[in-house]
Amino acid sequence: MSLTTAHSVVAPSANSKRIAGAIIIAYALISIVPLLWIFATSFKTPPDSIAYPPKLLFQPSLEGYCNLFTTRTRQTPEYINSLGPATGFCDETTRKRNMVIAGPSNFLPRFVNSLIIAFGSTFCAVFLGTLSAYGFSRFKVPLADDLLFFILSTRMMPPIAVAIPIYLMYRELGLSDTALGMILLYTAVNVSLAVWLLKGFIDEIPREYEEAAMIDGYTRLQAFWRTVLPQATTGIAATAIFCLIFAWNEYAFAALLTSGTAQTAPPFIPTIIGEGGQDWPAVAAGTTIFLVPILVFTILLRKQLLRGITFGAVRK
Amino acid sequence: MAEIRVQHLRKAFGDFVAVQDSNFVVEDGEFFVMLGPSGCGKTTTLRMIAGLELPTGGQILLGGDDVTMLRARERDIAFVFQLFALYPHMNVRKNIGFPLLAQGMPSAEIRQRVEETAKLLRIDHLLNKSVSGLAGGDRQRVALGRAIVRRPKCFLMDEPLGTLDTEFRDLMVHELRELHNRIHATTVYVTHDQMEAMSMADKIAVMNHGVIEQFGTPREIYDRPATMFVADFIGSPPMNFLGFGGGLAKGAKEIIVQGAKVAVPEVREDIAPADMALGIRPEHIRFDDNSKLRGAIYGTEYLGTTQIVAVETADGIIKARVPAEIRLSTGDHVGLTLSSARLSLFEKGSGRAVRTAIHDAASERRAQHG
Repeated sequence: MSLTTAHSVVAPSANSKRIAGAIIIAYALISIVPLLWIFATSFKTPPDSIAYPPKLLFQPSLEGYCNLFTTRTRQTPEYINSLGPATGFCDETTRKRNMVIAGPSNFLPRFVNSLIIAFGSTFCAVFLGTLSAYGFSRFKVPLADDLLFFILSTRMMPPIAVAIPIYLMYRELGLSDTALGMILLYTAVNVSLAVWLLKGFIDEIPREYEEAAMIDGYTRLQAFWRTVLPQATTGIAATAIFCLIFAWNEYAFAALLTSGTAQTAPPFIPTIIGEGGQDWPAVAAGTTIFLVPILVFTILLRKQLLRGITFGAVRK
Repeated sequence: MAEIRVQHLRKAFGDFVAVQDSNFVVEDGEFFVMLGPSGCGKTTTLRMIAGLELPTGGQILLGGDDVTMLRARERDIAFVFQLFALYPHMNVRKNIGFPLLAQGMPSAEIRQRVEETAKLLRIDHLLNKSVSGLAGGDRQRVALGRAIVRRPKCFLMDEPLGTLDTEFRDLMVHELRELHNRIHATTVYVTHDQMEAMSMADKIAVMNHGVIEQFGTPREIYDRPATMFVADFIGSPPMNFLGFGGGLAKGAKEIIVQGAKVAVPEVREDIAPADMALGIRPEHIRFDDNSKLRGAIYGTEYLGTTQIVAVETADGIIKARVPAEIRLSTGDHVGLTLSSARLSLFEKGSGRAVRTAIHDAASERRAQHG
């Protein structure tokens, strides 16, 4: 269809489209400035990062990333000179600041913890949410409305309000500072969101598909797997992204319940500040890397999010 | 293929009775249509035959086997849904082959069967297309393909043409009937459209409020409606009713309507005095100035070969189908004569048809044909 449908009453005029476009671009620019600032800071040297007025143009450096992945100790220049030649870029940069690399930092294991806990809890929440939503959508569940309200009501207070009981329970159960404990916790928080979101999506899928499959010789589970799930992908993808973003960014519980082996990246990144002066480039580097998985996940699922695959196959 | 026997079938949803005490037999290879207004229980009955709904009481026999409580997948039936229910994530070939996949048929055989079926329905050129791009009629053919590919015991169809445009619908009515003539599959077809029912069915059951009002061939249902509901539901425009009072005696051949004597088919039973109705199909009315039954022209609807004339009588408006050539203008007074041999009589209270000579003729004809 041509965009110059001059006679259409409902199509937006060229002017209103221009205004809408300008607002969207302005909003996008405002939103992206902090991200760009963090991204730029991660490539500055520590002196550049605290320079005043802030430097917009600077010599990019990987020092922030070196500092993020290593721990360093201060040494006398004599000791540093007595060492052999520097073994790499990071080694060399560190020595210029009168320090030597003492070993790898905890960032990588913390980042891996974040991946395991966030993706694990997202999988559990979406899996349980899909099955419950299907049940609520298709079967006569006694007190279904009350149950759904109860499920929603778990989100009516900020989760951190129950931090102390959870802290005590986790200590008793030995779940403190374990990946399993964090997965269970984030799943519990996310599953209510997942049930509600997915119920909406599954309600939209006509029952006829499963009925057709069941008449065609499939069990209900097979019918669910082969006809409902493929059509619910859009909803599942959207729900998964919401769950993942929550679990990935969650700070308060992570700070409270994890300190060692199961600590996730959010409580870890701020601790970088304390190690040897305010190392803003290292913090920015950690934040930049921290953004990547969500970005990749969202881009991968973008197609599912945008594709309305049911459209056109069923006439409403 | 198999016969379907429904006995004392009943379905209640809480206090609401959707189907009460349904009994009918669909013979092997018959095209059976359940016809009725929405909410009459026809779809519920169909879903119980399919196993998508479990009955509250009664029995369903499929080819002699009691399937009342079996799961849908254990019944060996095929169902065509109103919204087609084509899987949007599969192409035409996969949609048609889906029931065969469930049986674990080898893929070479599935391929062959799907292609045969597609050829039968003239959609073989669409096999690798996505179902979302198809036109309404083609979607309907794919849905039919998915039903017939498995060669089930019977086909159940729930208003399969309901969402099609008029032109496609007429085409599909013809195609469905032709397909049925070729494969002779026992078919139960649910619709609220009397034209579809009349043009396709071997047998029709007219349902209302969960009750089968009449079960018979299209001709029986049109010519000898068993109740006033059937008379009113079938026919376009529907049967006219003129009220009259008094009882009827066995052997009576005449009644008095609005002061005019009207000859009717000979009455075969005694009826105590009550409010009665004379049923007249629009095409059984002629204009005749000598008739004592009179009315004034209220309006006309020109249809090309015929016209529908609304005539205002002392007992409300009745509609007559007369040749298009007759010139009439609103307000003209006309006399009406009725084709006596084709009239129906009803008890207004129960809506039941009175037994008359038209019913003997029917039983005689049935006896002759065996």
